[in-house]
Amino acid sequence: MTVVARFEIHGVRYLDAAGHPCAELPPLGRDREHLVALYRAMVQARSFDAKAVVLQRTGRIGTYASALGQEAIGVCIADVLRAEDVLLPSYRETAAMLGRGVHMDELLLYWGGDERGMDFAGPREDFPICVPIATQLTHAAGVAAAFQYRGEARVALAVCGDGATSQGDFYAALNLAGAWRLPLVVVVNNNQWAISVPRSAQSGTETLAQKALAAGITGVQCDGNDVLALHETLAAAVARAREGGGATLVEALSYRLGDHTTADDASRYRDPDEVEARRQEEPVVRLRRYLHAQGWWDAGVEEALKADCAATVDAAVARYEATPPPAPTAMFDHLYARLPAALAAQRAAAAAGGGHG
Amino acid sequence: MSTVTTTYREAIREAIREALRRDPRVFLMGEDVGAYGGCFAVSKGLLDEFGPERIRDTPLSESAFVGAGIGAALGGMRPIVEIMTVNFSLLALDQILNNAATLLHMSGGQFNVPLVIRMTTGGGRQLAAQHSHSLEGWYAHIPGLRVLAPATLEDARGMLWSALEDPDPVLIFEHALLYNQAGTLPADAGAVDIRRARVRRPGRDVSLITYGGSLPKTLEAAGRLAAEGIDAEVIDLRSLRPLDDATILASVAATRRAVIVDEGWRSGSLAAEISARIMENAFYELDAPVARVCSAEVPMPYARHLEQAALPQADTVIRVARGLVRGDG
Repeated sequence: MTVVARFEIHGVRYLDAAGHPCAELPPLGRDREHLVALYRAMVQARSFDAKAVVLQRTGRIGTYASALGQEAIGVCIADVLRAEDVLLPSYRETAAMLGRGVHMDELLLYWGGDERGMDFAGPREDFPICVPIATQLTHAAGVAAAFQYRGEARVALAVCGDGATSQGDFYAALNLAGAWRLPLVVVVNNNQWAISVPRSAQSGTETLAQKALAAGITGVQCDGNDVLALHETLAAAVARAREGGGATLVEALSYRLGDHTTADDASRYRDPDEVEARRQEEPVVRLRRYLHAQGWWDAGVEEALKADCAATVDAAVARYEATPPPAPTAMFDHLYARLPAALAAQRAAAAAGGGHG
Repeated sequence: MSTVTTTYREAIREAIREALRRDPRVFLMGEDVGAYGGCFAVSKGLLDEFGPERIRDTPLSESAFVGAGIGAALGGMRPIVEIMTVNFSLLALDQILNNAATLLHMSGGQFNVPLVIRMTTGGGRQLAAQHSHSLEGWYAHIPGLRVLAPATLEDARGMLWSALEDPDPVLIFEHALLYNQAGTLPADAGAVDIRRARVRRPGRDVSLITYGGSLPKTLEAAGRLAAEGIDAEVIDLRSLRPLDDATILASVAATRRAVIVDEGWRSGSLAAEISARIMENAFYELDAPVARVCSAEVPMPYARHLEQAALPQADTVIRVARGLVRGDG
């Protein structure tokens, strides 16, 4: 018997949990302005996230999926994409969507049950939040095929969770991307939990990145709590896709510090000691420690930033709460481009106060 | 006016060819659509004419290429996705129902999904229990989709362009027994209206309401009924969602009797929906209960005589219509 193929999966990490370098740093490690901007974006995303949970607890929005502890992934995604690229988010991509230019009040509208929030002012070609698991990955392959067909140097980037890698659509999309050498990046936010199912029970594979190998595309793992590792890995994947080098699967190792959504109570199935241990690795504190160590950050700036972020969020909440709810007939507005006559009676019934008899 | 002799299959191919020529955003993708020409030979020759970028063989995954079709549609293209048969569309049901049909709503109106999915449907070819379904009635249940069933050469030629021009996802069901149907079309045949049903044969005594592969059988039944003095009107639904209630109800109001011929399984069928609408809107016009001729509710048998017994047949339509008109059913 001979070896007919051999594969390796590489992992990337630059900063340890304490924010200390554990490898020779890439140029971004010396770029104060860039790192501070990334840090600010993470704090802003976390600030929005915390407020959204409070709004849900007080009945002012519906179910919300917190991204607590996973902000670095979204912030880096938004940073490495160009405006003309297309993001296909799942429901935990608040940081990436904010970074792409989606307004906070639009996100609040959506989570408040008003789909007008997904008709963002911009970016106009980014997809709405995808609630079904992994279906957005095949859409992303289609977007990438459209770019390729038209000869455009654009990239489609889709995000999913660790649970999504068990779905048929996950592999089907990767396989298509490999067969057609598509300009696609798939980012797996491996936050270790798919609702109550831990990563260890999700898949027998050593890494999720290696699922790329079966599709003939590049697979790489990086520390999803380390901005330097994430940024380098994602930027390389996006550049490869843009230059015709094909698709990449990026597994970003993170940890879901919060519940799956506000409809979940993770304390029922998760050991609090595990959560506490993983809290020590979270990305915001990690980067702040690094910035402190460089002398680029101090408590005063931190306080000012937090106040600034809170004010931004509060203003968005005020805009959200001042938005009148849609009329009952709105549920027919975006069913077809033009409502078929056969549905006019149902719309009229809604306008008259409900009932479809 | 000059005419061309053609078949249902060639008419669809010509429609695809026309769309590819008219609009650079249009491309065809699916399993074996390239060099093989499609499992029903619809796309035969198109690869040579348009090349592999526009006539795309896909990996064998319905969910992948339907999902990619959705993505490409939102990415500015006008994809025509061919699913080999409706049986295989089940592997893409989540993409069709939860994504294509809902994205306009879920995006707050930001994204239409201008996607056309063509697929073969129906039994009658001895392909047994897993390759003979008529599930178009299921798809007609889904808000957000437009569901078409061309039953004539004119519609085979003309529905595709209208579907591509529609901003919403459109499913086109091509009954496998229709592909070899031959006839003539005007040389300049083109897009047709996809909103209205058509009266294929006018009549006064009973309305036979049908679509797709059951249309030829129903027309045959109407012809034979005429020989015994029963004047049947034949309605071709053409669009299964939305249904053209006005044409159905106008016909039933005139004939006062209705038989719905639908190859789907009877329980929860499209025929059941049409029956309910007639009951809701024309109850007092009726001289007899609405009748249905559907497929037997069994997995489609392989043996020819059993399959024929399971499917709607002209003989059954005649017997049921005669019973309604003469009151001896």
